[in-house]
Amino acid sequence: MQHSGVWILAEQQGGRVQRISHELLTRGRALADKRGCELAAVIFGNRIDDADLAELLERGADRVIAMESPRLEHFLIEPYAACLLKLLADRRPEIVIAGATTTGRTLMPYVAILAHAGLTADCTELDIEEKTGNLLQTRPAIGGNILATIKTPRHRPQMATVRPRSTRPADRTPGRVGEIERLAAPADLPPSRVRRVDFVPNADEHGLQDADAVVAVGRGIKKADNLPVARKLADALGAALGATRDVVDRGWLSYPHQIGLSGKTVTPRLYVALGVSGSIQHLAGMQTAETIVAVNTDPDAQIFRVADVGIVGSLFDVAPALTVKLRAAQGKPGGEGTER
Amino acid sequence: MRIVVPIKQVPETNAVRMDEATGTMIREGVEAIINPLDLYAIEAAIRLRESHGGEVTAVSMGPPKAMTALREAMAMGCDTAVLLSDKAFAGSDTWATSYVLSAAVRRLGEFDLVLCGERATDGDTGQVGPGIAAFLGLPVVSYVSRIESVSDGRCRMHRLVEDGYEVLEADLPCVLTVVKEISDPRLPTLRGKQKAKRADVPVWTMGDLDVEPSKLGLEGSPTRVVKIFRPSVARKCEKLVAADETSVALAADRVVEFLQTRELI
Repeated sequence: MQHSGVWILAEQQGGRVQRISHELLTRGRALADKRGCELAAVIFGNRIDDADLAELLERGADRVIAMESPRLEHFLIEPYAACLLKLLADRRPEIVIAGATTTGRTLMPYVAILAHAGLTADCTELDIEEKTGNLLQTRPAIGGNILATIKTPRHRPQMATVRPRSTRPADRTPGRVGEIERLAAPADLPPSRVRRVDFVPNADEHGLQDADAVVAVGRGIKKADNLPVARKLADALGAALGATRDVVDRGWLSYPHQIGLSGKTVTPRLYVALGVSGSIQHLAGMQTAETIVAVNTDPDAQIFRVADVGIVGSLFDVAPALTVKLRAAQGKPGGEGTER
Repeated sequence: MRIVVPIKQVPETNAVRMDEATGTMIREGVEAIINPLDLYAIEAAIRLRESHGGEVTAVSMGPPKAMTALREAMAMGCDTAVLLSDKAFAGSDTWATSYVLSAAVRRLGEFDLVLCGERATDGDTGQVGPGIAAFLGLPVVSYVSRIESVSDGRCRMHRLVEDGYEVLEADLPCVLTVVKEISDPRLPTLRGKQKAKRADVPVWTMGDLDVEPSKLGLEGSPTRVVKIFRPSVARKCEKLVAADETSVALAADRVVEFLQTRELI
């Protein structure tokens, strides 16, 4: 049997489909259209919301394969891997894409070994090679200094993970239909040697990845004492505060603020970079922002290569001036701008 | 307890420079270090040995110079080390690397835990830890931020996930990948360094492991790098210079205007 079809690995929590699933549909749809094949969303869980499954169709899946069991309620490597391996063996998809989440980054490498498949982590771009139909997977390499395009010429399926928030969720077309298969997990699922005893949610959700606007600081901020300059601008924009690896490594801001290859990926509508040089490691985490404004004293800073507007100057001059002007623009009576 | 810690020698990433003309990495003068994230696994393993007794073995696949990384691991407190080095291993992707490392773990004999760093700072895949577990037929617990207890053949731990942490209990043996939060890696002591210098670290080649040659190195790797390049410029940057009070004000005005046209404020 030939391998065919593109799969995305959707994720659920408490029976509700997570946003990453919709982002994966954006990636998957483009690939399935290029290959002229079916796009299926595969999801493991227990009592998954019906409307959420239908929404996967509305957002571009042709088929939903939902495998359910109380033992699949939460991610545990053995039952999840066993179910995915069974589906792969039965249906032989050509391409499988998952989110580079704590689940995807654990399940995919485990399954890729046992399926003898090629797997590429953290892809920023996925495409189909015209002549061969192979999946072209592009990702930052060598500490994020360069990009590498990788393919899997002989092994199937071709597997890849993509970072959450590296693309927008697929648009919803109400009424778009397809097939929803609800399957029970195989009866011979082996017992899990890992058990989930408890879950402790984060006390404070940082919200960086959900923010519409982000103000990020780089080494140009010089010291933690200078952070209020950035915070005030962030407040004026209703933005979350982010940072480069340099800033976090120096202890000026905590790790949850880190944006880049080794931190979070964000896709806000507006990204303001203050004193950020723009290493590829950092760009990997933010270059998909809709609009990028950069302030840097170095006219040749890499960050200007991805910016829409670049200001060559000191952030200590520009950020306060911008904060004042923004406040004024927003406070203007009859103005279009509203505070977000 | 017997604990195996697979480690990798990596270039000190911040020092890596690119040759703009050829698009290749300039390797000269780049220091090779233990993957910084592996230090947390080494530390966690040493602490478990200190509280439970036993032995910690560091194992690394790499060129002969990776011996330095293993001696550093021993200087930190690992009891023994093994280098896996063979031309046949060259060009391995994460599939083939996991294959060789798991074969070495098998050859080392009975163990309770394999402790891995979350990922290596050069490849940044984080795939080898789960890969080793898959080859060994063991479960993996990734992103472990705390080991609460190890007793009665079980390990209880915290696993960091997107919105909090899970408390998990796993039967031993199993494979863990650990994150920074688990420990503060110690520095090697002078005595440790001297001991590590004298230690006999065996080098295992293909022939020392129960492996199929067709599954090694480039030949055994499902993935192929087809192209390496620098990212292209994606946007046209409108550049403004803000050098004095007037130009700063003008630049700020222009940004506000720009954000308004894009309906961002």
